[in-house]
Amino acid sequence: MNKQLIAVLLLLVPAWGFAAGEHDVQMEEANIDPNNIQSLQRGARLFVNYCLSCHSAALMRYERIGKDLGIKEKLVAQYMVFSGGKPGDLMKVAAHPEDEKAWFGTVPPDLTVIARSRGVDWLYNYLRSFYRDDSKLTGVNNLVFPDVGMPDVLWELQGWQEAEIHTVKDEEGNETKDVTLKLVEPGLLTPKEFDRAIRDLVNFLDYMGEPAKHERRALGVKVILFLLVLLVVAYLMKREFWKDVH
Amino acid sequence: MAGNTSEKWQGGLLGWIDARFPLSSMWYDHLARYYAPKNFNFWYFFGSLALMVLVLQILTGIWLTMNYKPDADLAFNSVEYIMRDVNWGWLIRYMHSTGASAFFIVVYLHMFRGLIYGSFKKPRELIWIFGMIIYVALMAEAFMGYLLPWGQMSYWGAQVIINLFGAIPGIGETLAVWIRGDYVVADATLNRFFAFHVIAVPIVLLALVVLHILALHEVGSNNPDGVEIKKHKDDNGIPLDGIPFHPYYTVKDIVGVVVFLIFFSIVVFFMPELGGYFLEANNFFPADPLKTPQHIAPLWYFTPFYAILRAVPSIGGSAFPGVLAMAVSIVVMFFLPWLDRSPVKSIRYRGAVYKVWLALFVISFFVLGWLGMEQPSTVKTLIARICTIVYFAFFFLMPIYTKMDKTKPVPDRVKS
Repeated sequence: MNKQLIAVLLLLVPAWGFAAGEHDVQMEEANIDPNNIQSLQRGARLFVNYCLSCHSAALMRYERIGKDLGIKEKLVAQYMVFSGGKPGDLMKVAAHPEDEKAWFGTVPPDLTVIARSRGVDWLYNYLRSFYRDDSKLTGVNNLVFPDVGMPDVLWELQGWQEAEIHTVKDEEGNETKDVTLKLVEPGLLTPKEFDRAIRDLVNFLDYMGEPAKHERRALGVKVILFLLVLLVVAYLMKREFWKDVH
Repeated sequence: MAGNTSEKWQGGLLGWIDARFPLSSMWYDHLARYYAPKNFNFWYFFGSLALMVLVLQILTGIWLTMNYKPDADLAFNSVEYIMRDVNWGWLIRYMHSTGASAFFIVVYLHMFRGLIYGSFKKPRELIWIFGMIIYVALMAEAFMGYLLPWGQMSYWGAQVIINLFGAIPGIGETLAVWIRGDYVVADATLNRFFAFHVIAVPIVLLALVVLHILALHEVGSNNPDGVEIKKHKDDNGIPLDGIPFHPYYTVKDIVGVVVFLIFFSIVVFFMPELGGYFLEANNFFPADPLKTPQHIAPLWYFTPFYAILRAVPSIGGSAFPGVLAMAVSIVVMFFLPWLDRSPVKSIRYRGAVYKVWLALFVISFFVLGWLGMEQPSTVKTLIARICTIVYFAFFFLMPIYTKMDKTKPVPDRVKS
C-alpha cells in the first residue's frame, strides 16, 4: 500500500515546479517574511500613503488590518482612514473611476488580491523598475510592465532611474539587448532602504491578498495532528475487525 | 455479526418502520449482508472516497451558496467576501475548490481501477455506463462551477469552451448563443450556470450515484483477480470468498478516508492553489470581457481532452474536426465493455500485449494532460498528435489486440 501511495504522490510532483513560471525579464525574489509584523505594518503605512489615493482595496476593511497587524483601532481611524470614513469601511478610493480613466488612460486596478494574481516576485520587481522615458506621458516607463499607465509614485523615495541598453553578443554572434537600470538622482532612501520598503509593501499586499493565511496554516497543523491520531485509531480498529478474515 | 438478530427486531420502533418501509432489508441488502470479495486492495478505496468527496462538495457548496452572488457585477467580490468577512468562509471555499480537483483525482483512479481489473466487463456493463455518465455530469458540474468566481480564467475558459459548440457546422452559432443566453459570456450565462451548478447537475449526479450502486449491488463487486465470488457459495448461500461490506469494508474505508483527508488537508491548509493547478493565479483578476488573456488553459482535469482538441488540424478554417475528436475521445469510453474481447478480466491474467497498450495509453493521457496546459509549439503539437493517435488506437484497436493477446489461466477462487 505504501508504494502505491508514494506513486500517487509522485504524480502530483510537477505541481511544485510550476510555481516558478516563465518571465521575460530577470526577476529577483521578493523574499518577504509574512511573520514579520513590523514589516507588514510599515507596508500598510506605505500602501495607505502612496497607493490608496488611486488604487482601491475595496474587498478589505481597515479594521481587519488593525486587528491582524496589531494596530489599535484609534490609530487605524487616525492614520489609515482618510476622507471621513469609519474603520469598518471597505478600503475604497476617493477618486471617481471616470476621472481616473481620463488621467491615466485606464482605471487603476483594485489591489486587494493583486499579490495572488501577479505574484509577490512580479510586484517586487515591478515597483523597483521604473525609469525615465520622455516619450511617455507620465515621463516614466517600466521594465517589467512596458508602457504602463502608472506614474512613478515612489520617485521621492527611490530617486530617478535611467535605462542603459547594452548590446550583448553570445558565442554564435547573435546580438541581444540587455537593459539595466541605473540610479541617476538619489531619493530620500538609499537603494538598500528602498528595496526594504518595497519588500514591506509587497509583504503587506501579500497579506491583504489572503488575510486568513496565518490562521489557515495554524489550524492546518492542528487538523493534521488530529487526523494522524485518528489514523492510528482507525487502523487499529480495522486490524481488530479483520482478524477473522483469512 | 449480522447473524440472526433480525428476528429479535420484529417489535418496537424498527418493527413498526419495517412494516411500512424496507429499512432493515435495505441495511442488510446494501451493507450488513452485501458480500464483497475479501481481496480488495488499494485501488478499491476510491469508490467510497468519491462518494465522500461528493458529500463534501454538496455540504460546502450549500454554505458557499449562502453568501455567493450570481451576478456579473457582484460575483467576484462576493467570493472575496466569503474569503474575508464570512466566518470560516476561507475554509469552506478552499475545501470546495480543492474538493473539485480531489473529485477528479479520485474518479480518475477509480476509473483506472476498472480498467486494470476489467470491472467494466460482462456482467457489469451498466455499472460502467452509469459511471461514465457520472463522469460526464461531473465534467459539466466542474466546468460550470469554474465560471462562478468570475475571474479572468473563469470567463475566458467558458468563452473558449462554449465557442467549441459554435464550430458545429450549420447550427453552431445559434447553439452557442442559446447556451450563453447572450452574444458573449455575460450575466445571463453566469446565472444559468449557477442554476445548473447548484441544482440541476447535483440532482442528476446523486440519482446516477444511486443507480451506479444499485447496479453494482445487483451483480456484486469485481475484484483484483477478476473472478466471480458468487460461483462458490457455502450452504447458506454466502460466497466463500465474500465478507459482509459492513463491518469489514466500512472499517477499512474509514482508514482510507482518514489517509485521504490528511492529503486533502495538506492542500487545503498549506497549498490551496497547488502551484496554480487547483486555483489559477489569473483567476484572481476579475473577469474582463475586453481583455483576452495571452494564455487560456482549462483546469488540469480537462487538459488531456483540450490537448486532443488542439492536436487535430482544422479543415477549411473550421475547428470542427478537433471538437469532434474531443467528443469522440470521451464517448469512446462508453463502449469499453464491448471493445474489450479478452476472455479474462484482471490485468493479472492478461498477456503482455494488453499491458503494453495500457501503459502507452496512460503515458499518452498524462502527456496530453501536460500539453493541454502548455502554449502550443511545433514540437508540442507533433507530440500531441502522436499521443492523440495512441489514445484512440488504445480504444479502436482493442477488439483486435485483446483477442490475440495470450492470457494466463484464471484461478477458480480469489487469491488473498
